[in-house]
Amino acid sequence: MKAAVIVFPGSNCDRDMAVALEAAGADVTMVWHKDADLPEGLDLVAVPGGFSFGDYLRCGAIAARSPISSALRTHVTRGGYALGVCNGFQVLTETGLLPGVLMRNAALKFVCKTVGLNVVTSASGFTEGYAAGDVVNYPVAHHDGNYATDPEMLKMLQGEDRVAFTYTNNPNGSVGDIAGILSENRRVLGMMPHPERAVDAGHGGTDGQALFRGLLGQLTRA
Amino acid sequence: MKARVHVMLKNGVLDPQGAAVQHALGSLGFDGVNEVRQGKVIELDLADGTSEATIGEMCEKLLANTVIESYTVEVL
Repeated sequence: MKAAVIVFPGSNCDRDMAVALEAAGADVTMVWHKDADLPEGLDLVAVPGGFSFGDYLRCGAIAARSPISSALRTHVTRGGYALGVCNGFQVLTETGLLPGVLMRNAALKFVCKTVGLNVVTSASGFTEGYAAGDVVNYPVAHHDGNYATDPEMLKMLQGEDRVAFTYTNNPNGSVGDIAGILSENRRVLGMMPHPERAVDAGHGGTDGQALFRGLLGQLTRA
Repeated sequence: MKARVHVMLKNGVLDPQGAAVQHALGSLGFDGVNEVRQGKVIELDLADGTSEATIGEMCEKLLANTVIESYTVEVL
């Protein structure tokens, strides 16, 4: 599987993401945000966590208008996979590739801890390594993870089985306890918790491994 | 020419920062503050003759996230 990790000024989980993908067997290229093109023949584009452009204006807003974001949109439009974690999720909503928005945490506090997540669906390349109903532990570290959308979209996401993960104990006020959602074609996943920070025993947990291995299995077969 | 863009959360969107400011005013002894909504003011110094339609496009494409925010443009 060929993967690219986009690097913005202020990204800080880009290397963790690359290490997690490589550990699962992916061939990873780092791509700078000013590049207008992604490498040829990519299967997956990962948008990492961090504080791109200092979270100026809105989280992910400036990054979503970077030159590379047009290439990301083209990649997704032609059916490519994309994974956005934390700030990457914020970037994906700001580009419009995923619906909704990430707002300031309801309690206004930065939340940094390991949280329990319910795997809501295993019907995606990202979650097929889990069973629906599994509870996994991933770290979260964010100030703006409060997922918001209108009631119609929430109903649609739930009705179309596009909620990938929910919190067992909502840390940020997200509507429907949503921690991660899928695009309509199920090939784009945005999530606030960090699977790439849960892939090594040294991280304190390895629950994230199945996400990367599942993705690799899916894309190697494709 | 200059323009000022006001960006506010849409009505009905919960504004936790506004609520925190409201509580802080209450704890300073200011009674009767029923609600506080917090927004942004963005001042633009523009080439003369920039149309309001262009400024509107700036708001739609970047300055506001119209999923949750509304904006008004004031040409100065």
